Amino acid sequence: MKSQSIGQLALAAAALCYLFGVYFASSPVWMGFTINALVIAVIAMSWNITGGFGGLSSFGHAALYGTGAYASAILQVKYGMNAWVGFGAGILAGAAMGAFIGALSFRYGLRGSYFALVTLAFAEVLRICASSFEFTGGGSGLQLTLAPGLANLQFADRTVVYTALLFVVAVVMGLTALIKYSRFGAYLIAVRENEDAARALGIDTYRIKVQAMAISGAFGGLAGVLYLQLWLFIDSNVVYGSAVSIEALIGPIIGGAGTVWGPLLGTLGLHLLGEGAKHLLPNAPGLNFVLYAIVLICALRFLPQGLVGLAGKIGAFTRKKEDDNA
Amino acid sequence: MSSLIFPAVLSGLMMGAVYALVALGLTLIYGVLHIINFAHGSLLMLALYAVYFLWSYFGVDPYLAIPIVLPVFFVLGYCLQRGLITPMSNGSEQNILLITLAVSMIIENLALYFWTSNTRTADIAYAYDTVEILGAFLPLGRVIAFCAAIAVAPLLWCFMAYTRTGSAIRAVAIEKRGAELVGIDVNHTYAICFGMGTACVALAACLLLPTFYITPQVGYTFVLVAFTTVVLGGMGSLPGALIAGLLLGVIESLCGLFLGESLGQIGIFLAFILILLFKPSGLMGRAR
Amino acid sequence: MNYKIDRRDLLKVSGALVAGLAAPTILRAQTSTIKVGVIEPLTGNLAYNGTQSAAGAKFAAEAINAAGGIKSMGGRKIELVIVDAQSRPEAAAAGVDTLVQAGACAFTGATASALGLASSQAAAKYNLAQVFSIGTAETVVTRGLPNVFRFTPGVNKCTSVALENLKLLNQGAGNAVKTAAIVHEDGPFGSNMAKILAEQLPKQGIQVVETISHPTPQRDFSNIALRVKASKADILIPSNYLNEYTLMARALNQQRVELKAIYSILGGAASNIKFVRENNEVAQYVMDCNHWYDPTKDESKALAAKVAEAKLDLTYDIMVSYATIQVIADALERGASDDRQKMIEALAASSFDKSIMPYGPTKFVNGDNVNSQPVNTQIRGDKIELVFPKQYASAEAVFPIPAKK
Repeated sequence: MKSQSIGQLALAAAALCYLFGVYFASSPVWMGFTINALVIAVIAMSWNITGGFGGLSSFGHAALYGTGAYASAILQVKYGMNAWVGFGAGILAGAAMGAFIGALSFRYGLRGSYFALVTLAFAEVLRICASSFEFTGGGSGLQLTLAPGLANLQFADRTVVYTALLFVVAVVMGLTALIKYSRFGAYLIAVRENEDAARALGIDTYRIKVQAMAISGAFGGLAGVLYLQLWLFIDSNVVYGSAVSIEALIGPIIGGAGTVWGPLLGTLGLHLLGEGAKHLLPNAPGLNFVLYAIVLICALRFLPQGLVGLAGKIGAFTRKKEDDNA
Repeated sequence: MSSLIFPAVLSGLMMGAVYALVALGLTLIYGVLHIINFAHGSLLMLALYAVYFLWSYFGVDPYLAIPIVLPVFFVLGYCLQRGLITPMSNGSEQNILLITLAVSMIIENLALYFWTSNTRTADIAYAYDTVEILGAFLPLGRVIAFCAAIAVAPLLWCFMAYTRTGSAIRAVAIEKRGAELVGIDVNHTYAICFGMGTACVALAACLLLPTFYITPQVGYTFVLVAFTTVVLGGMGSLPGALIAGLLLGVIESLCGLFLGESLGQIGIFLAFILILLFKPSGLMGRAR
Repeated sequence: MNYKIDRRDLLKVSGALVAGLAAPTILRAQTSTIKVGVIEPLTGNLAYNGTQSAAGAKFAAEAINAAGGIKSMGGRKIELVIVDAQSRPEAAAAGVDTLVQAGACAFTGATASALGLASSQAAAKYNLAQVFSIGTAETVVTRGLPNVFRFTPGVNKCTSVALENLKLLNQGAGNAVKTAAIVHEDGPFGSNMAKILAEQLPKQGIQVVETISHPTPQRDFSNIALRVKASKADILIPSNYLNEYTLMARALNQQRVELKAIYSILGGAASNIKFVRENNEVAQYVMDCNHWYDPTKDESKALAAKVAEAKLDLTYDIMVSYATIQVIADALERGASDDRQKMIEALAASSFDKSIMPYGPTKFVNGDNVNSQPVNTQIRGDKIELVFPKQYASAEAVFPIPAKK
């Protein structure tokens, strides 16, 4: 295993304590917003694969999220398919969309802000299409039938929903760790560090990047499906809107891009911050976002490597390169 | 439908001029600082409010507000870059992006808090006046904005080409280290550039107000199109932004006419994707 | 000035954060008021409508408390718990938790159907009733949720009543209107409305010659105005929000589009006094079929005075939100309990007929108030007059628009 520090272990332990503590919280508020945070954490983990490990910052992860949600919703609403089929199809559709966007952009050598902008444009094109065509429900969006039951992937009991989401998050984090420590992950990190050098070493960087986009797409599609099954209603602004894309990247950057725990920690931290700001300024809608943004700026200033990076500096077991965090 | 093509092209050009005006500031900032400024839309909104309040409280005509609003926004932009973005970003591009995002969140929500979400429109005497060109009626405010865009882009270009500050900005844009070595204050130059970009957006606000409405969210209405304009024109190219803005206006107008206004929006973004894929340096940009 | 943040400041902020999070629990302990929730988008792109709605709820609570609170419960006062839905469905749903935490017995909301769908679904798990102020999508009431009560009409009823009224108006004018152009926003309401209109208008002898949908925001209406002009339609039927309507009204005027009538359906502007004030000339004679109060009632007049005093614009959001709080207060009065389940039962049995809306006695069938109806308003001078149906009218309808001199 790679080196880990006491700080990082403590941070992870704190997150676990929080997630476990939610079960016993006296107020339903905690579970409510943690459920929302966990869905966002999954799209954040999706962004982390490309943006964190691969250094391919996307502004358009809503394209993957929305495609997953729409694929599943269309199959269920228009073709009467089972929710589980929709679940799988959503993940596949997300992966396909990721691979498509990746293949197209990387074929033409886009990187940096050009890649960021092209993903943004794809998300916008998909948003416009989704609100214009009949089979996506047009402007009315798509509404699943309310029918709680395991077969329909809908749960009346929120504790069950929460547990299921925790399980999904754990699986995605496990997969992230697998990717990170695999040969593929090493190649991907090499692409981030120096793409030309990676290519010179014989790595097929194009294939690696497209594969990363496909994996990211699968996670992103998964997040979209989770949202759909949770709220049973989607429309083009809700799932293809730029708010999703922003949430996807903000969590990993605050938590620590290119780490396994970063997206979860960042997303949880930001949601806690948002909730705290709301309670601090309850009668001034809007000002809570101002407070949130100010703290965000400070976090960017004082946590250059994100929460995980900061924690890594506390009580490191071995002194290694800074990049070697969790 | 065919009889509508000519007026549609004209109104597209008029709208395109507004896109160009908003994009001029953005391309200036991108070309030098290489940052995607997400606060641009919010700054446009802020400038619109400034112009609106000058008009409603002091009776200052939006066009006469130009000499008041421009310097104020130049200073605002300068301070924003020097006082906030540079010190808070640790020099990382990703952080700069998030900081501009946070800044836009702050501006927008403060506007919401202080000025409420009410839509405001300036009921200026000439708001409904039109100019007739070959049988097509064009709103007077749009025609003025069009002329201004045509005039301002070359002026800015001349400023960049022939003044000392302009040369310094270009030097920093091309080679930051080298510029530093020959004694150019890079942070000052960056801030000047951001200030100029912000002043451009204030100019756009003065020209836009007579024909548009204001809400705290109005910035979003233009920000994505402005990004597209910048990319299409070539990031950092001033004449490019002008041509791209006009072109996008026409594309949008014609797509709207033939595909319907809802789906027609797609024209802009498809153009965006195609240009990114096939000619990422844009119409007038330098090769990367 | 020195902006350095030291550790003490950080401690203060984090202390305040913890205190803030703990606050709801403290509030709960000192309950003697009846908590009624309001979930509205106070920030984001629906902020205007949401803020107006929240204001309407506040006026209603004030009026009820000033009149002695809930009498069957010993005159206990109503206290609103207002939650920001942030114009996002998941935030609206999370708001329900806050309401439950605060001990709300029922709530009103949520301006847009997408928000209301999410909040009512979340509230169903708590048996918490949501009285919809506005939620026009029919899926709101077709999900079979027992906690959903839509007080105001949905898209189907709004459109069909608008069509009936138009038919009567047109008959009165000797069927002057023969062709129509429809301009609508591409959201749920606009697209559904356009579908119904396209089917029904021909049956009244009106041909639909042009249908144009546009996104929100739409920056330029020149093309749309030109297309309406080219279609030579007699009547324009728009449905869009205030900002777009303002731009459209200007473009129609600038492109010299001659119309016999503008008849909007749930138009954001044609029943907005601010639009009338700021665009008076082009606003004249525009008709709207929309939610509106009964201006002849005393309580309506009192509300109008209160709203003017608060320097707000009296929009339909304020009216319907005011009325939904009235409905909830009536249910509290009859049920004499702020238990959530009892509230659902009381609401389901509601026959309340004293709201400020021009509705018959409330009757919820599958959660939909069958006795609700939209009415027609028309802009005249600097006022918005109710012109249809006759029993509530404050002015006679002018249809078609008189020829300009």
